[in-house]
Amino acid sequence: MAPLPDWTAAAPAILLGLTAITLLIIDSISPRSKNRNLLAGTTLVGTLAALAAAVGLLVTGTGTNGGVSLYGGQIIVDGMSLFFTIIFTSVAALVTLASYDYLAGETEQAEYYALVMLATTGMAMMASAGSLALVFVSFELLSLPSYALVAFLKDNRGSVEASLKYLLIGALSSAILLYGISLIYGVTGGLLFETVAANIQNSGLTGMLGIGVLMVLGGFAFKTASVPFHFWAPEAYEGSPGPISAYLSSASKAAGFVVAFRVFTVAFGLDIVSSVDWVLAFQVLAVVTMTLGNFAAATQDNVKRMLAYSSVGQAGYVLIGLAALGGGQDALVLGMSMTHLLVYGFMNTGAFLFIALAEHWDIGRTFADYNGLGSQAPIACAAMSVFMLSLAGIPLGGGFLSKYFLFGAAVGAGFWWLAAIAIVNSVLSLYYYLRVVRAMWFEESNGDRTIEGYPLGLYTAVIAAAVVTVLLIPAFNLVADPAVDAAAALF
Amino acid sequence: MIIELLLAFCLIGAVVVFVLPDEYAPVGALTASLFPLVTSFVMWFGFDGSGNAFLEGGQLAYETMVQWISLGPYAINWHVGVDGISMPLVVLATVLTTLAILTAWTPIDERRSQFYGLMLLLEAGLLGVFVALDFFAWLVFWEVVLVPMYMLIGVWGGPRRKYAAVKFFVYTNLATLVMFLGFMALVFGLGDSVSTLDMPAITQAIRAGELGSLAGIAPGTIKSVAFVAMFAGFAVKVPIVPVHTWLPDAHVEAPTPASVMLAGALLKMGTYALLRFNFTMLPDVAADFAPFIALLAVVSVIYGAMLALAQQDLKRIVAYSSISSMGFVILGLVAYTEYGLGGATFQMLSHGLLSGLLFACVGVIYNTTHTRMVGDMSGLADRMPVTTGMFVAGSFGYMGLPFMAGFMGEYFIFQGSFAADFAGSMVFTAVAMFGIVIVAGYFLYAMQRTLFGEYRLETDYTVGRAAVHDIVPLAVLVVLVIVLGTAPNIFFDMITDAVGPMLGGGL
Repeated sequence: MAPLPDWTAAAPAILLGLTAITLLIIDSISPRSKNRNLLAGTTLVGTLAALAAAVGLLVTGTGTNGGVSLYGGQIIVDGMSLFFTIIFTSVAALVTLASYDYLAGETEQAEYYALVMLATTGMAMMASAGSLALVFVSFELLSLPSYALVAFLKDNRGSVEASLKYLLIGALSSAILLYGISLIYGVTGGLLFETVAANIQNSGLTGMLGIGVLMVLGGFAFKTASVPFHFWAPEAYEGSPGPISAYLSSASKAAGFVVAFRVFTVAFGLDIVSSVDWVLAFQVLAVVTMTLGNFAAATQDNVKRMLAYSSVGQAGYVLIGLAALGGGQDALVLGMSMTHLLVYGFMNTGAFLFIALAEHWDIGRTFADYNGLGSQAPIACAAMSVFMLSLAGIPLGGGFLSKYFLFGAAVGAGFWWLAAIAIVNSVLSLYYYLRVVRAMWFEESNGDRTIEGYPLGLYTAVIAAAVVTVLLIPAFNLVADPAVDAAAALF
Repeated sequence: MIIELLLAFCLIGAVVVFVLPDEYAPVGALTASLFPLVTSFVMWFGFDGSGNAFLEGGQLAYETMVQWISLGPYAINWHVGVDGISMPLVVLATVLTTLAILTAWTPIDERRSQFYGLMLLLEAGLLGVFVALDFFAWLVFWEVVLVPMYMLIGVWGGPRRKYAAVKFFVYTNLATLVMFLGFMALVFGLGDSVSTLDMPAITQAIRAGELGSLAGIAPGTIKSVAFVAMFAGFAVKVPIVPVHTWLPDAHVEAPTPASVMLAGALLKMGTYALLRFNFTMLPDVAADFAPFIALLAVVSVIYGAMLALAQQDLKRIVAYSSISSMGFVILGLVAYTEYGLGGATFQMLSHGLLSGLLFACVGVIYNTTHTRMVGDMSGLADRMPVTTGMFVAGSFGYMGLPFMAGFMGEYFIFQGSFAADFAGSMVFTAVAMFGIVIVAGYFLYAMQRTLFGEYRLETDYTVGRAAVHDIVPLAVLVVLVIVLGTAPNIFFDMITDAVGPMLGGGL
């Protein structure tokens, strides 16, 4: 068999983009269609095709040997980009399934799905970006649909307010990122990561470079909802429709991380940038992010806000992947960060989709509103318990393994204090995750709640996420191995 | 392969029962629990292992060793197998689960499919703890056990169930963290000489003296610190005085079937882990600390018995008596003779059956009378003759009546610990033996007040005979207790065979 042409390596992004266009065409043929089967079906097929393409490319070894470079290095398809594309498309598929029920009766469904697909395309491009220019373009391709999606419930004040906040902070951080990129361009004379890496040593402009790197870092901190650019997250997650909260907190966050991983290992690699100690910056960020996220989560009464802060805390763990570099185990540390993001992608998406299910039933948002839900919807609540315990690091799901190896890798790299802080945080986090479990199972129901129907799409999505979370225990090596290989290729 | 089958039966059973409609759940769970039960008996009858799983020179039964996770310097294997110590405990766990499911038929009347699903998940975790030989796999199962027990207490428990469930979870989870740090100190101390978390390999390396210094701390100090950390961690699970306070709360609030599992099987996780980790990996440190540990054991025996003596609630009496009985196990372990270690393991079995029996009896009494307070009832023997018989049999078993399992376990332990060569072993043994007198005291007192004399009941319920499915688990347990007491060699032979290699080094 003749080798496939190079452009097929970009198949996942192309498929996602085509799906978006198809949805827009459907919308122009039959505007304001409420045909859920057609719209959600098209989206799901496109997403799953992109997922299959990404898995296929990864399995057949496209990512090895430095990957495939397209458009003069603007797009790089390697193990890391494919690994993250798998995360994005998996989350998008779950979100699409859930939206099938969540959007029942809404009129702008085609736009909704098209925006989700465009944002996912942006993520896939972020994962493959080989230059700062493409980073910025795909960053915006992800951000702009996100603003609109947060505001999708137009008549809901919370939704609109959340979107406005998200837009304002997003615009600010885009500007910061862009300014950082321009400074780096000024120092190195190039936008391609390779050019940046090659010219960075020769420039004497350490101060300007340092400011540029920090500003780029700030831009990513916004996307990953890391402290100090995290404060939009609870508002945006709480205000947006449930499936979009899941999407933003899982996929969008992972997209921020993939660019950060690539930019900081390839363009500003530790071996080339000795003048700017960005590892220290990430260490501070990681510790502050996980601690602040955890303590804020512990004080919430609203489950969705709790989950929002918990996702901030989880971002802190993932930051260890960059904070523990330079200890001789770079590939392992970074690979475990990626693995944790993938496991997190399923358990966190599942948790937010459970919230979406609760919103669909209209049963309120506080812990007390969940009282006794376990006797009315035992299967969904069992799935939610798996998510909560897995997020807390109890081995009922893959979260235990990814945390264990992430912290273990940090210890192995000599950053035992970072791991110690993370472990303490992880133990404390059990408190607020268990609150959900307690409310669902231990407390008595408030009595007057009725649950109408068990929506097929939402249930399928929640159960699928739970099954994958559990299966990631025995199948952990299947995802951890490619992650470490992909990370190793960057160094 | 058969061990994987055993675990798969439990897990699949748990999922299937969880989604069954409530009315089919009791029968479905009983049926599902028969698969692991039969499998464990097949394993037992076909058992061809020899020696100790953690030490050289033996042959593991039903061993599987495949690579599970391989990441950079870390390799994790799926390594399971049984030896003469774990095989009896596997059988105990499957037998108790089936019987505990039967005891749930009467009292559990809401959310039944969830209840029975959790019981089977609990069984899977328990069995995993007893068969896992890789630390990582072991830790996964060790933690998994917490979740169903937490839910069983928290959802189906008594009035203070939420408090008891949280206390149980927090206590044992913190203990796990302490134990984990201790074990990791050993792993890092071993450095490159052991590249996996395989517990037999780690044990053999430590016993071969390959422990290096870590961050300037001498190997001897690491060993002592690790021993203390692991001992503290496991002591909570056993429980040993003074870290026992979660147990009465958990037991009193737990529903009967959960109490049966908690006393019968969960507490054995603690003593099993002590035997495997502290006493097999670090026998020389155990020797150094022997008098202190023996002191803790004796305090547990006497203090637990005194606490039981002071209780008015039948369930609390049985709960505190467990602390006392587990003290005997610790005494047997620290004796570190063939009879001491073997007797400790045997006592785990006998206490598993006896405490299960007594909790089940108290459950049956409570189902009919709706009270557990000794002062509220008397003369139940007339109305509930069969249950009374079982209760009397269980109590006498606990007191150490010959030809019952409790007698054999305690006899082996005392024979072992009397001959032990740590300072004051005879004194400790003699004092611990006195504990049996107190045991006899509170059981005779409780039986006399509740079962015999004039019939009187201070509630509005009419007392009749218990249902057949309530009596069956009691009868089976009584039979097993007598079988184990008259023919201890069905297990004691394989236990001593597994214990023998431990005595080679150390004490």
